[in-house]
Amino acid sequence: MRLLLFLIVSALLYSQPVKDNCVVCHTAMDGPIQRPALLIKDDVHTANGLSCADCHGGDRTSDDPSAAMNKAKGFVGTPSRKAIPEFCAKCHSSPDLMRRYRPRQRVDQLELYKTSVHGKRLAAGDENVATCVDCHSVHDIRAVKDALSPVHPLHIPDTCGRCHADAKKMVKYGIPTNQVEEYRTSVHWNALSKGGDLSAPTCVSCHGNHGAKPPQVESVAAVCGTCHVLFEQLYQKSPHQPVFSAAGGGGGCIVCHSNHGIHLPSTAMLVGPKAVCSQCHEPATAGGKAAAQLGGWLDSLDASLKHSKEVLARAESSGMEVSEAQTRLLEGQDDLIKAEVALHSFHPEEIHKPIEAGLAVAEETLRAGQAALKEKDFRRIGLAISALFIAITVVALWLLIRRTEMNGSGYVAAPPNN
Amino acid sequence: MIAKVSHWLDDRLALSSIRELMAHKTVPVHSATRWYYFGGITLFLFGVQVVTGTLLLFYYRPTVAEGFDSVRFIMTRVEFGWLIRSIHSWSANLMIFAAFVHMFSVVFTHAYRPPRELTWASGIALLGLLLGFGFSGYLLPWNQISYFATKVGADVAGTMPLIGPGIARILRGGEDVGAPTLTRFFALHVMVLPMLTAALLAFHVLLVQKNGMSTPPWIPASRVRQMKFFPNFFLREAMVWYGALAVLGALAAIFPWELGEKADPFASAPKGIRPEWYFLAQFYTLKLLPSHVWIIEGELLGLAGFAIAAVSWVLLPVWGVKSSGEARTRLVTGAGIFMATYLVVFTILGYLK
Repeated sequence: MRLLLFLIVSALLYSQPVKDNCVVCHTAMDGPIQRPALLIKDDVHTANGLSCADCHGGDRTSDDPSAAMNKAKGFVGTPSRKAIPEFCAKCHSSPDLMRRYRPRQRVDQLELYKTSVHGKRLAAGDENVATCVDCHSVHDIRAVKDALSPVHPLHIPDTCGRCHADAKKMVKYGIPTNQVEEYRTSVHWNALSKGGDLSAPTCVSCHGNHGAKPPQVESVAAVCGTCHVLFEQLYQKSPHQPVFSAAGGGGGCIVCHSNHGIHLPSTAMLVGPKAVCSQCHEPATAGGKAAAQLGGWLDSLDASLKHSKEVLARAESSGMEVSEAQTRLLEGQDDLIKAEVALHSFHPEEIHKPIEAGLAVAEETLRAGQAALKEKDFRRIGLAISALFIAITVVALWLLIRRTEMNGSGYVAAPPNN
Repeated sequence: MIAKVSHWLDDRLALSSIRELMAHKTVPVHSATRWYYFGGITLFLFGVQVVTGTLLLFYYRPTVAEGFDSVRFIMTRVEFGWLIRSIHSWSANLMIFAAFVHMFSVVFTHAYRPPRELTWASGIALLGLLLGFGFSGYLLPWNQISYFATKVGADVAGTMPLIGPGIARILRGGEDVGAPTLTRFFALHVMVLPMLTAALLAFHVLLVQKNGMSTPPWIPASRVRQMKFFPNFFLREAMVWYGALAVLGALAAIFPWELGEKADPFASAPKGIRPEWYFLAQFYTLKLLPSHVWIIEGELLGLAGFAIAAVSWVLLPVWGVKSSGEARTRLVTGAGIFMATYLVVFTILGYLK
């Protein structure tokens, strides 16, 4: 009986989760010292079974503060700002340890951080620069994919902007603070925030995250080319590449497209008062004329495709079956995109090929749309003629009935069946 | 010469007896005579379906790979193919509408009374077959809407207890709507249903011929004149058919039947997916039912309700007629108004919601 009682009590005690006295005590406190204990329930480390003591050391099982926070038990307390990267890297740079929790997660964050401007300045004693906790938060650290995480793609601009959009903080570094504001007008932010495309570029996509530093911008074409592959390949072979490279600074793509406030390109970039080409090429020069010609080609194809689309839409709304032509028109749209891509080679003959193909498609689909509209008119006329014939027949039948029944013929006064 | 041929044919086909029969066939003339035309309109539209359906068969290919493209070919490449296909689709809908009007006219004029119980039952069976034509034909163009509507329809059939899963599997030819379903629906649409309909239609018309047209019970027999079927009624019927043809032509020319997009089983179901209008009232009713009513599944309860209503409707000549043979006019008219109101209101709601 005693043995049974012992076994039951042991089982009950064993089934109780181990109490975390760090959380218990700090929750009971007031002020900033309480905050970590309240935040930690949302932390990704807690969700993975880690506790305060796994980072800060000490003995979480003891309810005696002097024992729980005893340096002999490895207690390190709050790390200095300078020590934070190494502090986090104890685990995050350990492949063996990370494999247990996130086997596919990289372990080179610290190495990258050391190469970043943030890391270098921190090493040099500037404690105002960002460390791990400035971007990832502390004690309520969430996974990147968590929509509430400050490093979730949707929040990256805000997170970087907390410092980089703050003129007071940036004044001593002499760097501009309008990047986030400009970025929020860009096609990239539009794709991310309105299009819901979480793969759309944010600050870290071009500048790097842990290894963030401006030098990457020097090879702008390579950075843009990670996504816009064809554009970069054509640009590298174009006559502009050596010129822009020789100009130094942030050349490449941003000469025409700018950097943070990248807008949807249009032919207004080639011709007209806002043309970027005219910044270097006077309109009367060969370059200026070539830009005008390219703009004209693209506009002409765009207008032709739009006209065909409008005619097909009119035919469709009249109930005509034009889906084949509409599908064919998509090939014309592809040709327009090909021409816009080929533009980055800056070789007119390369650009003219898709333009020609697209114009042929526009012409063909326009003819199909016009034929459908003509067919619609034919149907209406056919309907009117047949309706007239039917009406004449009905009237004739009615007259025939009247003549047949003129003298009451055809009616009998027989009793009904039921 | 003509007389000789006529005589020759008369000897072999007994045409004179048919002529005799037509000469003596009469139609009662009273305030509700106009409702008689709806049976004829339904018959006319069925004829249009047979003709246009046969023409479509020359080009339609009943496979998942070619079904949609063959209908598009009919609509865009075949001379007047658009007209044939549009008339076939519009005529199918008008035929079902005319059949419903015909059915309710029989209810409100109490024409189901003895000796016309079998005429009524065969008529209801014909309506069921027409709905079967609609359901099976809807899938044949293999477009996005028809594909998903058929999926929903087959899933609803599958919820019936015991026999449901079996029926759904037989309909689909597998666990999901796919190539076997299209082949089965095609076979049903162009062979099984037409044969059954032809036989039942002949039986229905024969009974109409045998028992004549019914006169509503509230019209005294002494006041009812009779109109000769040929030529008087026949010419009027011809006028109505011409009118129906004009309506069909206008609908087909002004509102050609849409083709939609090719079915993509991997795409998500189009928004607001719903069946054809003649199944909409039932579909909306099932949507309104809660998932469970007490311990019974809501959908199952709905289907059971429809089944009871359908059986009761077929048995109208049993519960709608007194032992003396007179119609229970108030009860049946009330039931008819209830049924018609339910169908109209729920169909409209199904469209709007």
